Order: sequence, then C-alpha cells, then structure tokens
Amino acid sequence: MNARLYARRRLINAFNLTAAVLTTAFGLFWLGWLLWTLLANGLPWLTTTVFTESTPPPGATGGLANAIVGSLMMVGAGVLIGTPIGVLAGTYLAEFGQESRLAAVIRFVNDILLSVPSIIIGVFIYEVVVVSSGHFSGWAGALALSLIVVPIVVRTTENMLRLVPVSLREAAAALGAPMWKVVLAVVYRSARVGVLTGILLAIARISGETAPLLFTALNNQFWSTSMDKPLANLPVVIFQFAMSPYEDWQRLAWAGALLITVSVLTLNIVARLLSRSRQ
Amino acid sequence: METHLQQLTVPAAIARQLRWNAVADLLFRRLTLLFAIFVAVLVFAILVALLVGAWPALSRFGPGFITSAQWNPVTEEFGALATIFGTLLTSTIAMLIAVPVSFGIALFITELAPAWLKRPVGIAIELLAAVPSIIYGMWGLFVFAPWFGDEIQPFLTSTLGNWPLIGALFQGPPMGIGLFTASLVLAIMVIPFIAAVMRDVFELVPPVLKESAYGLGCTTWEVTWNVVLPYTKVGVVGGIMLGLGRALGETMAVTFVIGNAHVLGLSLFMPGNTISSALANEFAEAHGELYVSALIALGLLLFLITFIVLALARLLLLRLSRQEGRTT
Repeated sequence: MNARLYARRRLINAFNLTAAVLTTAFGLFWLGWLLWTLLANGLPWLTTTVFTESTPPPGATGGLANAIVGSLMMVGAGVLIGTPIGVLAGTYLAEFGQESRLAAVIRFVNDILLSVPSIIIGVFIYEVVVVSSGHFSGWAGALALSLIVVPIVVRTTENMLRLVPVSLREAAAALGAPMWKVVLAVVYRSARVGVLTGILLAIARISGETAPLLFTALNNQFWSTSMDKPLANLPVVIFQFAMSPYEDWQRLAWAGALLITVSVLTLNIVARLLSRSRQ
Repeated sequence: METHLQQLTVPAAIARQLRWNAVADLLFRRLTLLFAIFVAVLVFAILVALLVGAWPALSRFGPGFITSAQWNPVTEEFGALATIFGTLLTSTIAMLIAVPVSFGIALFITELAPAWLKRPVGIAIELLAAVPSIIYGMWGLFVFAPWFGDEIQPFLTSTLGNWPLIGALFQGPPMGIGLFTASLVLAIMVIPFIAAVMRDVFELVPPVLKESAYGLGCTTWEVTWNVVLPYTKVGVVGGIMLGLGRALGETMAVTFVIGNAHVLGLSLFMPGNTISSALANEFAEAHGELYVSALIALGLLLFLITFIVLALARLLLLRLSRQEGRTT
C-alpha cells in the first residue's frame, strides 16, 4: 500500500521536475533562435554606410544615419524631460508622502501609468500635441517617450530612497541640516547608483519603443535634426522597411534591428553591473 | 565688550538661517508634491483626452460600438467587437502557454539548477525580457510564420482540425500569420516577465520552511506545490497580472503577425486584429473625423481593459493578504 503511494509520489515528482527542465529549455530556445536570426540577418548588412547615409528610396543604397540621430535626439529629450519629474515625484512618495492617503493614491495612479499600453500614450500625445500644433514633430515623440520614463523612474526612485537607512537621515538632521539638505546631500547621494540604474533601464525601455512614435514623430525620409518637424527614428524606420516588399529595405531593417537590440541589451547589462557593484 | 557684541549678532544670523531653511524646506516639499500630483493629473488627462476624442464615435454608435463587428472605413460603419475579441483571445491563449512555462522556469532556477547554472539562466531570461517588441514582431513575421505555416500548421489542421468541437479552431489556410501565431509570439514575449517575478518571489521563501517540509519526507514537487507556492501566491499573482497587462497592450509584436483583418471568426489560423494592432496599422492613415474618433474609442476601450485587469489584480492581492494566517 505504502510502496504504491511512494512510487506514485516519486513518479509525480519526476514528471513535474522533468517538465520544469523542458520548459526552461523551451524558454531559452526562443532566445537563442531570436538572437541567431538577428545576427544572421543583421550582421552582413551592418556596414559603415548604415551610419553615414540617410534612409534611401527603394532600390538605391543608403543607411540609417538620419534615423539613428533622430532616435538619439528623441530618447535624450524624453529622458531629460521625464527624469526630473519622476525623481521629484518619487522623492515625495518616499520622503514626505510615505503612508499618507494621498501617497497611496499617487502610487496606485503611477501603477496605472506604468501599465498603460504605450500605444495609448501615442494616441494621447497625438490628440494633445499633434492635433493642436497641426503637425507631427520630434517634440511630440520625445514627450510620448517621457511619459513612459516617468512612472518607471517614480517607482525606482521611491524604492531606492526607501532603502536608505532612517538613521542616516536622523544623523544629518541631528547636525542641524534642514530636510531639503538631508534629502539632497545625504539621501540622494547614498541612493545615487540605484536611481541611476532605474534611469538606465528607462532609457533601455524607450530606445526600442515603436508604438508611441508611430503617430507622434512619424518618420522622415531625409536628413533632419529639427525637433519641430517629423523626425526619422530607428523603430519606425524598421517597422516601415520590414513591412515593405523591397529587399534592400528589409536588409536595412535587419541591420537596424540588430543595432537596437545590441544597444538595449548593453544598457541592461551596464545597469546590472552598476547595481551589482553597489551590493 | 566685544564678546557681548558677538553674542548679539550671532543669534540674528542663525535666526535668518533658520527662517530661510524653513522656507526652503517648505518649497522643496511643495515642489516634490507638485510633481507627484502632476503624475496623477497626467493619468486623468489621458482618460479625459481619450473620452473627448472618442466622443463623436461613441455618441454616433452608442452601445452598438461594442457589440458590432462591422469595421468599414468606406461606409463609416465602426464596431469594436472583432478587435476586442482578438485582444482577449490572443492574450488568453498567450497566458495559457506562458504561465505554466514561466512556473517551470522559475522552479528550475530556484530548486533544480546547479549553482553555476542559476545566474546564466536567470540573466538570459531577463535579457529576453529586455528585447524590444518590434524585434519579436520581425522575427515572428520573417522567421517563425513561414516555418509555422509550412511545417506545423498543415499537421495541426489535418489532426486536431478533424476533432469534434475544437476542430473548427484549427481550420484555415496555412499562411503562418494569424491569431494563433500572434498568441504564440505574445506568449514568448511575456514568459520572461512572469518567470523573472516568480523566480524573485520563490527565492524569498525562508529556507527553514522548505527544509522542514523536506525533513517530513516531501518530494521537491510537493515542497514547491504545498510550501513555496502558497507562501508566494501574492507575488505570483502579481507577476501573472503584470504579464497579462503586457499581453493586452502589446502592439508591435502582434501587428507584424496577426494579419490585420477586422473579422470575427472561430478559426485561430485566420488573420485577425487586436485593438493595439488596429491602432498601429490605421491611425496614421485614418481620414475623416469619425474614423479617427472610432480608433481613439478603441484606445479608450484598451485603456479600460488594462485598468480593469490592474484593479482586479489589486483586489485579489488585497483579499489574499487578508486571508493570510487563517486556517484553510
């Protein structure tokens, strides 16, 4: 009787653990396939012209220079707009709001903002910025990206500030430092690396975002660095070129895809190294 | 005499300093509060902007907007049923695949993997989560869909397709793209999110709890199912909801492979549409106030759906944590 029970339990155990190994292999299999596809299709076309020439009409040679520059400009502007908002709001939650009702509401609302699909943010900016200004622009794209940065930075800033021991704040306050000085000189300084990690992850996140740019920054076939006009950017160029029937466009799309993935993964690894060196 | 003078002047300087500090404190506090409230206002503004933008379509079609599957820009007949159906169906299938797989991965990393393998596998899973969704979309369109259409789909149609009841799900032309491919790509996308959360919470289980279960003679599976999972259920539910939220709103990965057709069909192998893919495909080229408004109304629906998922997750977590400590 017991022998049968034991055998059954051992069988269930073996079956489920084998399943766990298989599912892990299943998960890693896709990562391998994906990266392999990217390298095989992207690497041959990643030449110097990709970085020096603008996007070509079908049939001609060209590169992605305008898209790369446009992406850098919009990601840069998005981070510069979004980070201060996020850091200050996160500071309120961690230092002043704490357990108050208002802080709880803001935390919940921030979670909503974090889970809003990025394409909805695109629609919102389209209505507020594109319609009222009458045209697509790089600024609209940057604003859409900054709205994605804000909730990520709010969350990480609050978490990181809360990790700073209260005794540090009390020590500074006992020396007579006012609250703002305690926060700026003591709390920020000891949470610096953590907050920076959060910002890096936010940059990584928006670097690959396509949906919020589709109808804010749109795209620009030509070399342009004006944030007031439609601005070329890597994700939308990849989308358009990949969906096109022209083979040379599809090749450029693969080169761009490889470029984006490598940058995003590098940012992630740097963030990881940073947060590990802190511990 | 001189010391007396100093005693008079120093307190005045300190008093000024203190006053200035109090003002600066107040300003700093107000400044952070201002930005915190700004974040809340932002979400409210998004909702209002969506409502205003969607109003022409909603007032024209009324509740019929949700119950009609008609989507015809030429005759300006718009109904959201097909896209809502597509969104919910692809996300559901994606979660059915992703949740067990993520659980297996988390179990492997925390309980089975030798120490030297834990970190690499964990990092690989996290990198999979960082890959931008447009890359998944490209891979799905150029690599996965052709292979799936040539190798797998005909086989599924000729076997599962003949089964009673579920057979209709697997009928259709072997094009590779369609609702099923979209669901699968979505599943691959959300697996790392859910797996990473599950692994993190599994690692929080106190070793003493597990060891006492092992000491009673439990198998690894019994420890996982009866000790680890109940202990971490709040985090696990949170991770699943995070993944579901991602799947519902995911745009690019789906847009590439779903086929962009406003049809309401039973077959998983037919092209379809989700709310986000309809927006990505049509918004920039939409002409006419009603067309744009109908698309914004789709956006509003998506916003509400993701909000409901988030709110339900919150409620569930609240109830779970209330039941903590009660005997079952």
